[in-house]
Amino acid sequence: MIIDILSWICLLSGGLFGVVGAIGIHRFPDFYSRQHAVGITDTLCTMLILLGLALQAGMSLAVFKLALIFIFLFLTSPTASHALVNAAMHSGLKAKLGNTPGGDKS
Amino acid sequence: MYIAVLLAILVTLGLALARALIGPTVYDRIAAINMFGTKTVLLIAVFAFLSGRADLLDIALVYALINFISMIAVLKLVEYGDFHSPGKDSVGKPKVDSK
Repeated sequence: MIIDILSWICLLSGGLFGVVGAIGIHRFPDFYSRQHAVGITDTLCTMLILLGLALQAGMSLAVFKLALIFIFLFLTSPTASHALVNAAMHSGLKAKLGNTPGGDKS
Repeated sequence: MYIAVLLAILVTLGLALARALIGPTVYDRIAAINMFGTKTVLLIAVFAFLSGRADLLDIALVYALINFISMIAVLKLVEYGDFHSPGKDSVGKPKVDSK
């Protein structure tokens, strides 16, 4: 029963973080801040949903497969974010800076 | 309850696809497609539990692998224009082909 409740909390908060990230990808002004929203919520949402599913599955082969997906996404999702931002930096894409005192007025 | 999570993931997929369509730079599009791929893995995993067929998790695993490889491949294509150039090191100097 407690495991059930924990699992549903994980699943629902994972879905919530996914939607928050998707809103962030539309609300933020430029590529780098969008990548911040995507990179953080993507990893967290994935972890929470997979953890919730693993709690539902109990001890079975499904848990092993979920753990494999978990480990793989845990390694590749930040790597992909880093590679993407690195490629954008190399190509000379500039961040949009606001009207802060030290910022570029653009 | 699985349905609620499934719907949340579908909303996320729709918003990510919209960003991929309107994204001003090519990197916005790649970021949105990367997010789309990750969420598809989750969609398949949740659907496997919803329908009670645990073998669908294998497909989710393969999709996660393909998503990462295609992401890196598209990034290389965008940055260098082809798949076979040796690339640059971290300071931007071209690497010497050892062959």
